[in-house]
Formats: sequence, structure tokens, C-alpha cells
Amino acid sequence: MVKLFTKPEALAEQDTHYCPGCTHGVIHRLLAEVIDELGIRGRTVGIAPVGCAVLAYNYFTFDFQEAAHGRAPAMATGVKRVRPDLMVFTYQGDGDLASIGMGEIIHAANRGEKFTSIFVNNAVYGMTGGQMAPTTMPGQRTTTSPMGRNVEDVGMPVKVAELIAALTTPGYIVRQAVIKPKYIVKAKKAIKKAFTYQMENRCFSLVELVSTCPTNWGLTPLESVDWAEENMLSYYQLGEYKTPE
Amino acid sequence: MGKVLMKGNEAIGEAAIRAGCLNYFAYPITPQSEVAEYLTHRLPEEGGVFLQGESEVAVSYMIFGAAAAGARVFTTSSSPGISLMSEGISYIASAQCPAVFVNIMRGGPGLGGILPSQADYLQATKGIGHGDFRMLVMAPASVQEAVEMTMAAFPLAEKYRNPVMILGDGLIGQMMEPVDFPEHLKTPPSNKNAWATNGMDTRQSEARNLVKSLYLDPEQLNQHNLMLKAKYEQMEAEEVKAEAYNVDKDYKILIVSYGTMSRVCKTAIMQLKQEGLEIGLIRPQTLFPFPGEMVLQAATKDSCQAVVSIEMSMGQLVEDVERYVKGQRPVSWFGKCGGEVPTPEEIIDHIKAML
Repeated sequence: MVKLFTKPEALAEQDTHYCPGCTHGVIHRLLAEVIDELGIRGRTVGIAPVGCAVLAYNYFTFDFQEAAHGRAPAMATGVKRVRPDLMVFTYQGDGDLASIGMGEIIHAANRGEKFTSIFVNNAVYGMTGGQMAPTTMPGQRTTTSPMGRNVEDVGMPVKVAELIAALTTPGYIVRQAVIKPKYIVKAKKAIKKAFTYQMENRCFSLVELVSTCPTNWGLTPLESVDWAEENMLSYYQLGEYKTPE
Repeated sequence: MGKVLMKGNEAIGEAAIRAGCLNYFAYPITPQSEVAEYLTHRLPEEGGVFLQGESEVAVSYMIFGAAAAGARVFTTSSSPGISLMSEGISYIASAQCPAVFVNIMRGGPGLGGILPSQADYLQATKGIGHGDFRMLVMAPASVQEAVEMTMAAFPLAEKYRNPVMILGDGLIGQMMEPVDFPEHLKTPPSNKNAWATNGMDTRQSEARNLVKSLYLDPEQLNQHNLMLKAKYEQMEAEEVKAEAYNVDKDYKILIVSYGTMSRVCKTAIMQLKQEGLEIGLIRPQTLFPFPGEMVLQAATKDSCQAVVSIEMSMGQLVEDVERYVKGQRPVSWFGKCGGEVPTPEEIIDHIKAML
């Protein structure tokens, strides 16, 4: 009997701490599948952020480093510069990458560091309990924007993929979503393409993934998926923003 | 290669290469930018890695990432830049990664000035960042000693899996002196396969490695901190270094001073000797661990009436001196911290006023 579907080797035998309906689990699985398919588990180093995914290393079976808030791209730079043969990725949320770590991600991308950043955009701080993020949608209520994000006061949400793609240095910059199967298929293709560019030592790559946070959005998992599709995808448009070709 | 005349900053860069450290990440800041300017051409010659980071914060994490991947790595900076790196140093200490940080101190606080000082003594010796930790801190008093300490720093960082700091005042970086470079490092690099995130294939292992500093369980964190504490106690037992100068004489005053400041003190001591006045000196070469027992012994010599800490800071070293003299002799402070070094004459006047 041929086994058609199984747990990837790169994924650990471990229950996660993530909330019901959280999309981190989907992204973890996509990463693990890609790493298995490319046969790179033995030379991969992941870098965990500060945020809900700080414990991501518990769910993978390859080397991992745990960064300070926002600094994963600097750590990835350090690893990749001294060991260009390793496959390195950062896994970062929107508070981590787009707020406190904006300097690190912009400069790593601009230097064309040959690693991959997985950027999980769910429009809110998760771990600290639902505060406003740079990616929080206009009018979206959070614990630090209880009346809804006031763009007159704090500006418009940051479009990270577009921002990084505006740099002149070549890179692979893409935004996909993990909210429904049809998007998840494309998200996996984007992650695989990013890792393949890294394997070829081509360029920096960033995969932004529109995600959900049912707990902090105050919605059910299904309502969250619909809310993200209706409210986020028109602002955070999906697609490839830059390719190294 | 025989003696060469070299600027301290450049000599530190060369010493790191001779210590087998071919990975350098840094951000420019006066008065130590010559290290980067030297290494930007020397490291490529050696097949090494040179990268100018976007900030000292980022640099400290480049160091962290590289060290965690098993590389021998270092950076250099000066006071305000070191403050920015202190966040990363805290993570590196907790995650137990070996790395060397060189601080060529300038005047502070804030932007302060660009002239020499020793104003970061407490910052360097009492942990530097948030949380409970220590760095091993060495303070050179000459370009030659800066070279030797830099070369010694890497094996020490690996022995303890802990950040090591070379704490030099601006003069150490800026002055030129004849230097004799040891050809090679005596201690070979340690095997890092037990902990480094260098890829499972690299160490031919099926077990992955994890470099982290998060311990959510309070008892686990307590155990982790006890383990770190034991390392600092081992440093105190095994790594203390200090020079005792003129302590075989019956001195009335004992000076405690380190770095460039201690050399000025020696000049003053020699001049006072010609006037028939003996003064002793203890020069800590390691600031953490502090040579407290040596200070206590020298301070409690029968002839010794008082101890003075002479610093290019506003009374920082004196706190450690007081801590070890334990009230057995009066301990006082003398110094300056604006970028000027107290002169031998000023020291002589101060010593005479103490008697």
C-alpha cells in the first residue's frame, strides 16, 4: 500500500500551543513540506521571532535559533554570512517584522542577504494579547485601538511586500494567504520558490502570508477566514511583487 | 615577524585574525572606526567575512547568529554603540554563545565626547544588559597588551560559552606603539557540535540543536540562572589577572588603577620614589572577575594608610575597591572624565594631599 499523505519529517511529533483556528499551524506544515521536498532538513536553520511563534522551534525537527523581538533578519545575516551553505529562514509576525524589526528587515533585504523571511500578517499583536500592529486595518478594533484604528492618528497599515519590493536590489517578494485551500496551494508554491531561489544563491526572498487571529479578532475561525478575505485581501493584494529575473 | 609600530585599533583587528577569528560585523563609531577600516581589506585577504551592519543593535544580533552557527566572531565599538549592543549581549549570554566585544571607551553620558574615558566600567563589569549575567572583561594598558588580550579572549569565550569584552579607553585604540604579534593562537578552536546550530549534516547528527534564551517555567529559569552563576564563579576562581607594582616597598598609599590611567599612575609613582615616597599600585587586568583579594592584601599591608582609586571616570572602579577593602582602610576616588587624562603632576599633588 502506498502512503499518499503523511506528516512531514521536518515537523515534530508535538501538539502546538496555538489557538483553535490559528493559521500558524498551516504555515508550519507548508514549510515542513517544502523542506522535506527539497531535501534540505539537515542543512536548514530556522530563526524564531518574539510573538506567538516564539516557540515555533518546538514543532520542527531541524536546527533553530530564537531571536529577540524584530532581530531575526540580523541573526539570519550572521548565520548566512559565515555559513552560506546553510539554508536559513526567519519566521516573523507583523509586530516583530513590521514594527520593531523594520530596520533589520529593510537592510537585510537591501543587502540582498540570501535567506528567506516568512512574514505572517494577521493584522494584530497575538502573544501580548491583541494590540494594534502596523498592519492593523483602518477602523479595526484592538486593545490599543478600542475605537478602531484611526488612520489620522497612526497612519495607514504598512504594506510590507510592496515596501520591500520597492528596493532596487533584486529579490523575490510575494504575498499570498493561508485562509482557504485555494490560497494555501499558492502559498506553498511561493514558499518553495523562495527556498529554491535561496538554494540557487540567487537573492533575498520574503513571503508575506495573510493570516488570521480568531482569538484576538474576537471571531470564530470561520468568521475570521471570511473577515480576512473580505477586508484584508483588497488592501493586501496577493501576487508576486518582485522576481529576480 | 618582529616588532611593528601599529595603532591600537589596527593591532586589535590583526590580533583577532591571528586568533583565528575571520568573522567581523561592525558599525562605525569614533574612536574605534580604524578597526573596521583595517579589517575591510585584511579579512578578504584571509578569506574571512567583513560586514558593516545598519546599526549596533543589528550588529549584536549578526554576532549572535554567527556565534550560534558555530563561527568564531567579534565586533568593536565605542560607548554609545556598546549601549545599543547590550540588548544582544544579554541574549548571547543567556544562550551561551562565545563572542568577543571590544569597547574603546569615549566620554559620556549620552553622546558625551570622542576623547578617551573609562566611563563604562560599571556597565561592562556588572552585566551590561537586562537580566542576571556577567561578561569576562579584560582591560589592556598598552597596544601590546591589547593584542595579547584580544587573542586570549576567543579561547576564553569558548571555554565559558560566554561573551568576553576587551575594555580599552580611547587612548588604547588611538595611540601607536611597537607590537610583537604572537604567530598563532595556542588554544585550538573548541568543538561546538554539541550545541551550535550549524546544520545537522555538518555534525552528522540526527539530533537538532536549539539556541534560545526563553524559559517560561520559573524553576527552569532559576536552574538556568544558577548554571550561569556557576560559570561566573568559575571565572572568579580561574581567570583573575592583575599586576602588582612597587608593592614590595613600605608604601603609605595604595593606588588601584587600570588601563592607560595606570600608566600615568606608574609615572607618578616613579617620580614620588625619587622624592623618597613609596606608593603601591594594583592594576586589574581582568575587571570581571575583579582581583579583589589582591587589592585587599595590598591595602591591609601594615605600612598602608589609605587606598585611592584613580580613574578616568567619576567613581566607578572605587565601588569595587571599597567592596573588597571592606572598610579596613579609607578608600577614596580621584579622577577626571571629560576626555582628559589626569597628569602625573595632578596625581602627585593629590597623593601628597592625602598624606
